[in-house]
Amino acid sequence: MAETATPAETAHVDRVRGARRSPAEHLAEAFTSGSVPGTVTLTEIPYQTMVGVRVHPASDAGSRVASVTGGLPATCGAVTGSAVSGKDSVNTLWLGPTEFMVVAPEEAHDSLGGSLVSDLTTALGNDAGQVVDLSANRTTFELSGSHARAVLEKTCALDLHPRVFKAGTAVSTELAHIPVMLWKTSDESYRIFPRASFADFLGRWLLDAMREYASPEVP
Amino acid sequence: MLLISCPNCGPRDETEFHYGGQAHVAYPESPNDLTDREWAEYLFYRENTKGTFAERWVHSTGCRQWFNMLRDTVSYEIHSIYGMGQPRPDIKVPGQRSEPDKPGEFTQTGEFGQTEPGLAPGAPTTGVPISGATAPTSSEGV
Ligand SMILES: [Zn+2]
Repeated sequence: MAETATPAETAHVDRVRGARRSPAEHLAEAFTSGSVPGTVTLTEIPYQTMVGVRVHPASDAGSRVASVTGGLPATCGAVTGSAVSGKDSVNTLWLGPTEFMVVAPEEAHDSLGGSLVSDLTTALGNDAGQVVDLSANRTTFELSGSHARAVLEKTCALDLHPRVFKAGTAVSTELAHIPVMLWKTSDESYRIFPRASFADFLGRWLLDAMREYASPEVP
Repeated sequence: MLLISCPNCGPRDETEFHYGGQAHVAYPESPNDLTDREWAEYLFYRENTKGTFAERWVHSTGCRQWFNMLRDTVSYEIHSIYGMGQPRPDIKVPGQRSEPDKPGEFTQTGEFGQTEPGLAPGAPTTGVPISGATAPTSSEGV
């Protein structure tokens, strides 16, 4: 991190922040008014740093990359890394046997004074694999509350019951017929990663699915 | 809707997968020595099996890995899922004839009564299971 940012650097970072538009920015108000506090809430966590990594985890490059990310998940569903919230949290989601998605807060991005992308690029070196900055590829939705699972179950074909889908699990699957990463970050909280062009659709779809929980339950 | 057990991810809906056609079609050892007809047959001509069929699938929404599957094109029953590069498992399914298809049916040798060399446009391709499809051997693609 740039502890000694010059005024010019600070101005540059401010320009970068000011120029950005997140994929579901226009839905922010609808997310707020459509959320039912205590039951189910939907928010966008925009601009997270995301890096696509392809590397064989058993190779030298794999262990170098793992030392940057805090481990590489070995099986479908596994997530490695630190606690989910917190400015320095870096988590790695399993996409395939040799494919991973590294997720970190926006401050980790090189354009905002961080060094995650360049650290990973350096770790891979010239070995087989790839490190690609995919921060603009997807946005992050957070769906939380006692009825978050009920909302997801309207469209997700996976068994989301907690005896099967446990907190700390992330899978690549489909919601509302679009491909997403679905990460259960705690017992009643999910992070959903749709690609940017699907964010509007999925945001509106989730709002629609949440609507019934604003009314009293029919006995 | 088929429920397909990905070797990496476990059981997932068919919509997460894409079909890759007939399995075990070997790349020709010396492609440059082939005639145009032989090359075209390698590229385009596939079995149209009614019964147990070895085919490739990719878990495109999940781990993006390929695998092989032994599936019944009539009942859609999945008999076996095995890795790329592995040989076709020798599974005897009761009450069904085994491959290859009986003589006279379309085969990869191209001996199906054509006198002219060349391709038959719209030559039969392997049926793809579409949920709710009534004709399992239709040539609908995905
Ligand atoms: Zn898979």
